[in-house]
Amino acid sequence: MRRAFLSALTSLAESDARIVFLTADLGFTVVENFQAKFPDRFINTGVSEQNLLAVSTGLAKEGLIPFVYSIIPFVTLRPFEFIRNGPVLHQLPVRIIGSGSGFEYGHDGLTHYGLEDIGVLRTQPGMRIVVPADHEQAQNALNATYQLPGPIYYRLGKNETATIAGLNGRFGNGTPVSLVEGADILLLACGAITGEAVKASGLLGLQGLRPAVALVDTLQPLDRQSIAALVSKYRMVATVEAHYISGGLGSAIAEIIAEEKLDSRLMRIGVDRLWDGVTGSESFLLSRYGLSAEKIAERILKVVS
Amino acid sequence: MDSTLDFARKLRRLIIEHSRLANVGHIASGLSIVDLVAVIFGQVLPQFPEDEASFVLSKGHAALAIYAALAELGKIDHKDLAKYCQDDTLYGTHPDYRIPGIELSTGSLGMGLGAGAGIACAAHIRRKAKRVYVLLSDGECDEGSVWETAMFAGHHHLSNLVAVIDYNHQQAMGSTEQVLNIDPICERWMSFGWQAFSADGHNHAELQRAFARANEPSDRPCVIVANTIAGYGVSFMERQVKWHYLPMSDLDYTRALAEIDGSR
Repeated sequence: MRRAFLSALTSLAESDARIVFLTADLGFTVVENFQAKFPDRFINTGVSEQNLLAVSTGLAKEGLIPFVYSIIPFVTLRPFEFIRNGPVLHQLPVRIIGSGSGFEYGHDGLTHYGLEDIGVLRTQPGMRIVVPADHEQAQNALNATYQLPGPIYYRLGKNETATIAGLNGRFGNGTPVSLVEGADILLLACGAITGEAVKASGLLGLQGLRPAVALVDTLQPLDRQSIAALVSKYRMVATVEAHYISGGLGSAIAEIIAEEKLDSRLMRIGVDRLWDGVTGSESFLLSRYGLSAEKIAERILKVVS
Repeated sequence: MDSTLDFARKLRRLIIEHSRLANVGHIASGLSIVDLVAVIFGQVLPQFPEDEASFVLSKGHAALAIYAALAELGKIDHKDLAKYCQDDTLYGTHPDYRIPGIELSTGSLGMGLGAGAGIACAAHIRRKAKRVYVLLSDGECDEGSVWETAMFAGHHHLSNLVAVIDYNHQQAMGSTEQVLNIDPICERWMSFGWQAFSADGHNHAELQRAFARANEPSDRPCVIVANTIAGYGVSFMERQVKWHYLPMSDLDYTRALAEIDGSR
């Protein structure tokens, strides 16, 4: 979805001269078109993510809308204090693009996995967190949000072609988007892994269950009322996310269930911890850590039965 | 406008008075940059229309010196200075951007230069004239992010960016020579693509020449290494680590004011 996002951004930049793109030397085959069209509004800061965020703070303070790009841990964790004291403290429209959710950089190893970005950034008041599920939704999410005040984090997946069945690009802007109607259990997902949740619902259907599937595309601010209204319809909710189970979607839903006094039981499906240094393809790792459609279905069946 | 020397004397007095009123430290850090602030706010920035120059206090812990200058220049009320380090006030030891005249909230070292580089870049992108002055501490140069920005600004020829380093050789736990040596400081910045030169940070004529030189057309950013003395202007505070931290006693206060007033 990175190319689609950049394509939509390049279109926006035609008419909005405030848009500037910065990368900390990543984005090969993703950013070149923007660079060619707007060489004066494209900055490669080199491999220096602290400076990337500091410079973007200065650009935004001067009225520009900087989009800064790198792989998730490098653009969220390395410069975290720069995000806190820059765009967040000053409520400036810096747009942080994190590439590669969960295990999408599978073969690159543990340093490259995006597993705690949502949790870390959710601690920052005023930081909008947008987690598109496919390339169509990513474009609509960008168009709907890029002019909003304050900082935004876009968590982008690497798959450029897969689409989520039933989504058709709809961007809920925080309101849960229904993908599969059902009754017994709700699978609530965010990001590209929503595709696995939809497949898991099909597998569970073969076992006689009627799971519903919905996605949440904006993790902050949370549309608490809509989410609570949806969750309260089901006796059990399983959150599905390519993220540690702490701090992300599962934690957010737990907060809503507890604070809104809902009766629904919650099962958080995510990564509990990295057990060892084993790497592999994304699909291998999703399966290994229980996040493939088959494993999600198995885990849910075990709990339900 | 008073001469920058008179301006500096007023700032020194205000720093002592309000540090005493609030019973807080960070006094030596403020006194160290008083002459720099007097020249920057009294002589350098007034050369430009307001939207064509920016100032970032990257060494945020000396904010009182800036508050004092803003009060003297009428940007904030003198009454606001009395709020320094009180309850329910924007005026902490580190500055907040919601105070008129403060462009960025700083205090975490190593962030101001990069933000200043961003302001300088924005001027290039928008094809506007703007000069950006960023005041750093010497200990701040320990931060790797300072050097990320130094490399970036040098590479991109950000000639509208001027860094000023308050080189008083004193950081929080000892001298820069003991804690983490930053010399040869000018050579290091030059090797990153900057013009670099040093000046006596308490000699106003020399500082004014240094800023004039920094403002000459160039294809490089410029750093002025201002040789200063922590606590300058109050003899018993000079070069003493404790005045990075401690508040004054009544006796200290009286002696300090007497020295400043006697320096006319």
